[in-house]
Amino acid sequence: MTGLITMDDLTNEQILSILEDAERLLPVARGEIYLPLLQGRILGNLFFEPSTRTRMSFETAMKRLGGDVVNLGDVKTSSVVKGETLFDTIQMVDGYTDIIAMRHPRQGAAQYAQDAARVPILNGGDGAGHHPTQTMLDLFTIKQAHGRLEGLKVVLAGDLRYGRTVHSLSHALTRFGCELIFASPSLLNMPEEIVSDLRSHGANVIETEDLYGSMADADVVYMTRIQKERFADEDEYARCAGAYKLHARHLSEVKQDMIVMHPLPRVDEIDPSVDKTRHARYFEQAFNGVVARMALLCRLLGVTVPAKIEGGAL
Amino acid sequence: MSNEHSMRRVTAIRNGTVIDHIPSGQAMLVLEMLGIAGATAVPVSLVMNVPSKKMGSKDIIKVEDRELTQSELDRLALVAPDARVAIIRAYSVAEKLSINLGEELVNVVRCTFSNCITTNLREPLAHRLKVVQRDPLQLRCHYCGRPQDLSELANNVL
Repeated sequence: MTGLITMDDLTNEQILSILEDAERLLPVARGEIYLPLLQGRILGNLFFEPSTRTRMSFETAMKRLGGDVVNLGDVKTSSVVKGETLFDTIQMVDGYTDIIAMRHPRQGAAQYAQDAARVPILNGGDGAGHHPTQTMLDLFTIKQAHGRLEGLKVVLAGDLRYGRTVHSLSHALTRFGCELIFASPSLLNMPEEIVSDLRSHGANVIETEDLYGSMADADVVYMTRIQKERFADEDEYARCAGAYKLHARHLSEVKQDMIVMHPLPRVDEIDPSVDKTRHARYFEQAFNGVVARMALLCRLLGVTVPAKIEGGAL
Repeated sequence: MSNEHSMRRVTAIRNGTVIDHIPSGQAMLVLEMLGIAGATAVPVSLVMNVPSKKMGSKDIIKVEDRELTQSELDRLALVAPDARVAIIRAYSVAEKLSINLGEELVNVVRCTFSNCITTNLREPLAHRLKVVQRDPLQLRCHYCGRPQDLSELANNVL
């Protein structure tokens, strides 16, 4: 294994083993234990597109493990604006660092970077392509809540057309035999080629416009943001967005252990009334980005996470 | 009209390469893909839209004094997969070659997806399309993973 470009780079066994590493690293991620497994290593953060959570959680993950981080900085003031190719940028950063986390507006950029680099590349999103580290933290959050990934019933709701997060996640969940319900306005349906691809891999997929009606026996409801700019007129946007706004009152009939997830940032699709319910899991999910990325950094750098983690507090 | 007859629309060549059974109308594209379009030192004869028993109609190309290699010919798999190639030496067929579609097309065409990283033509790494299925042909870009629109690929020949 070199880098992590798509979830296809990981077998199910590797996914579960990395999630187990992440579980053990929780006290390190929380800052309760100092464990400098990556001391002397440098992560290059190459974000050619804005990112808050992904960039910060990579940086936090590296620093919690005693490693260091160099950032590309603002693309507008870097050599990219002078017309430098991705190939040349990667040659430079490859020499400065031990591993690279990258987000790029063009699809395929992560694979391209991996082919150009000697160090491992962690794909933090390439256009509408893949976002496997988000998928890993999502899987970690689901496993943490339900103790397993296999055979769960997962509702994915909102913008399923443009969201790379839900594309990668539905592929991964299919590999673990989950039942998938895609709840979205017709304009934002899951792309047909993805649905047929999932079905050809044996997925049980149901497509609906009715979010509230599909939650009754779900184990996970994964909400995504519906973006105004996807719609031609404002009335249509208002109608669609209104049908995908989760409020605490919608949760009275759901399973006790159902969790509500969201990749964040949210706008109106989850009402703050949900935050106080037992189902809300999106802030833990964001925190889990740190621990999942810690486990991935260790794995790609060939550093073994100890079977038992104990040690001195900071 | 016999195949023999259509071949004789241009004179036999002494040494070089004959590419027969090119789909009608594709000969210019084939020359372009072989890098022998426009000004070239070797004489090239081109016959287009001649009747063919097998294909209805076809194009034929004769390149004098140049023996095309297998890897050059394999570039033609997208536009002329059933073409038959003969290497001519001293007016006789010295070798017969066919065109092979391998596992991957490297630097033959570029990805048809408008937001692929390879649309920046200054990026130096090879354009790579993987063959995922042969019949019907399905290709995916090695980098962005997008399935290729075959009808658009002819515009993306490198």
